[in-house]
Amino acid sequence: MRPIAPLMLLTATVVAAGTLTACGGGSGSDPGTVKVAFIKDTNSRVTVRDDYVRLVARQFEKDHPGKKVRLIPIQASENDYYTKIQQMMRSPRTAPDLVYEDTFLVNSDITAGLLRPLDDHLRTWDAWRQFEPAAKAAAKGQDGRTYGVPDGTDTRGLWFNRKIFKKAGLPADWRPKDWDEVLAAARTIKRKVPGVIPLNVFTGKGAGEAAVMQGFEMLLYGTGEHQLYDPGAKKWVTGTQGFKDSLAFLDTVYKERLGPDVSDALSPNIQTNVAAELLPEGKLAIDLDGSWLGQQWQKTGGGNPWPEWSATLGQAPFPTQHGAPPGRVSLAGGWTWSVPRKAQQPDLAWKLIETFQSRPNALEWCVRGAQIAVRKDVAADPRYRKSVPGIGFFTGLVKISQYRPALPEYPRVAAAIGEAMEAVTADDASPDKAAADYDATLKSLVDGRTVAKP
Amino acid sequence: MTGVLARTAARARTPGAPSVGFWTRLLRWSPLVPATVLLLLFLVGPIGYCVLIAFTDTQLTGQESASFVGLANFRRAFGDPAFRNAVVLTLVFTVLSSLVGQNTLGLALAGLMRRASRPVRSLTGAMVITAWVLPEIVAGFLLYTFFERRGTLNALLEWLQLPAQDWLFTLPIMAVSFANVWRGTAFSMLIYSAALAGIPQEVTESAEVDGAGGLRRLWHITLPMIRRSIGTNLMLNTLQTLSVFGLIWVMTRGGPGNRSQTLPVFMYDQAFLKSLIGYGTAVALLLLLVGALFSVIYLRLLREEV
Repeated sequence: MRPIAPLMLLTATVVAAGTLTACGGGSGSDPGTVKVAFIKDTNSRVTVRDDYVRLVARQFEKDHPGKKVRLIPIQASENDYYTKIQQMMRSPRTAPDLVYEDTFLVNSDITAGLLRPLDDHLRTWDAWRQFEPAAKAAAKGQDGRTYGVPDGTDTRGLWFNRKIFKKAGLPADWRPKDWDEVLAAARTIKRKVPGVIPLNVFTGKGAGEAAVMQGFEMLLYGTGEHQLYDPGAKKWVTGTQGFKDSLAFLDTVYKERLGPDVSDALSPNIQTNVAAELLPEGKLAIDLDGSWLGQQWQKTGGGNPWPEWSATLGQAPFPTQHGAPPGRVSLAGGWTWSVPRKAQQPDLAWKLIETFQSRPNALEWCVRGAQIAVRKDVAADPRYRKSVPGIGFFTGLVKISQYRPALPEYPRVAAAIGEAMEAVTADDASPDKAAADYDATLKSLVDGRTVAKP
Repeated sequence: MTGVLARTAARARTPGAPSVGFWTRLLRWSPLVPATVLLLLFLVGPIGYCVLIAFTDTQLTGQESASFVGLANFRRAFGDPAFRNAVVLTLVFTVLSSLVGQNTLGLALAGLMRRASRPVRSLTGAMVITAWVLPEIVAGFLLYTFFERRGTLNALLEWLQLPAQDWLFTLPIMAVSFANVWRGTAFSMLIYSAALAGIPQEVTESAEVDGAGGLRRLWHITLPMIRRSIGTNLMLNTLQTLSVFGLIWVMTRGGPGNRSQTLPVFMYDQAFLKSLIGYGTAVALLLLLVGALFSVIYLRLLREEV
């Protein structure tokens, strides 16, 4: 019987080891496979990005025989997507080799050591010269190194339905000069065209950072200089009138019922609803939104083909609070392709970035995705210029566009702004109270690096 | 193999036999090895790791390295109005949906079903249990479409000429509590069905002969006789309800404002949306404490009354 004992122990160990390693295995660290994580639209019918990534992946596999691209589409709201990729990037077993990052998170993820600098590759990469300086800075860390290659940018403005405007007796070439004129138009529509939502401004926590950027910051950046972060003092700003005024604007929109029903406005699906239903069905008159909206209505991959949109919808720049120069406001953002620090195939990942940003592919993405080009050669291409109606309008906003303070703590500051917006919109707090709560939260978020700017 | 073990054991017990060898002793414990290793690795390990993280300022992103901060996360929680709000809402949610809702409704259904005809019994049983076996996320979407402004409930109310309500907006915590009752009642019903079946027929009959009405029989006979089941059921229900996340997340995301943000939702918000893993983990430990507290109370009640 004696010989059985060691045998059993051995079996037990083998079984345990087998079970345990099985859990950690399957990481796919197959040297020929490069894993790409990217966001998939919450509206399953919109496949613009999926189609494009698949196209590039196939091309890559053809150009690099024996190599495989494994796509990891993550279908989630933007906030949940960030959480997911951050968790994936923390461990070498789950880290993708290439990841699609929103520029507002890049610095936060750089500081957390989740990304890999790409300077060595960029130095010898010819196409990098084609990128606009602002775009090159989009994924630059505070250490001066670059951690991502942007594939486009975006700007923001007002989209309005010309048919509804006609019924309300408003001009087809509408150009509001200040906030009051925006509100006045919305009130006219409410009075003259009942049953239509006059004005959508994204708000609250549901739409995530999108509400903060498209909704709040478009307002705030029109109230004066450096109302959010003071780059001179390197401090976050508290107590400004602009902050309270911006919240008050939202308060007016939702209290006067100029916006969507509050429960819809605070729903996480509001972005999808606006693009897929409210605008195409003529239920929304004015929408403060991004340049990319047209991608939803493209014939291929758009999910909600709407050929008449270019005739129905007009665009106007969003005005500053009292019309102060330059008279219009826009924020710019965009996404980059980045390589996680714990990627198993960083060199292959870089080669895939090169494929993504070959001139024809870069052009293809800007056309399909209604992106504002970040490469000079793409921007000059006639196919790009004719790609989406309105692209000229939004490209024109690039030169006045401002960027978010892309600092490591920005994502959490943005979350606090989202809470302030939600409190005002849900009528849980007055604009002044919500602003005061934000100031208190901000101080704890940035370790007291704040400056009061009454 | 049983034979081998039995012989080994027998030999070990025989007086005067040579003392048990190393290999034999090892052999006797060896079947426990995989289980122990798995338990250590997948249960004790992560819990220990959680406890550790709760005392650090670990973040998901935006931070170079984490450091030990002692009790700071816990102090922060108690000073945080949003945390206190979450505790209150968690208690409301648990009392409403578990103690009051699932528990009494489960008992009532079990009682009624004993008297119902067979087809009614199977139909009710099937319906209640369907709600229970549905994945949490599916149940969440179903109830979202039920309570939503343009949803089924309001359509029904309008049909009955009653005023419609924006349930998820005006009464979010009630809506999610109802959702949890809908989903979780089956469990109580099953437990109480078994308990009621265990009451001897004679006891009920003699009470009836003595002239005890339905309510008196319930109070003086049925409830005391199934007291143990009530305790077990309450404990399991409460623990399950305390950790409900998917249902609330799908229906309201804790909103509007923070009006349906129970502790699990608050924890997720802090740990994953605000990247504060350390703080979120500390909140998770506090939630564990709340659960333990409830359990102790139930155990106490059970011991005293029986």
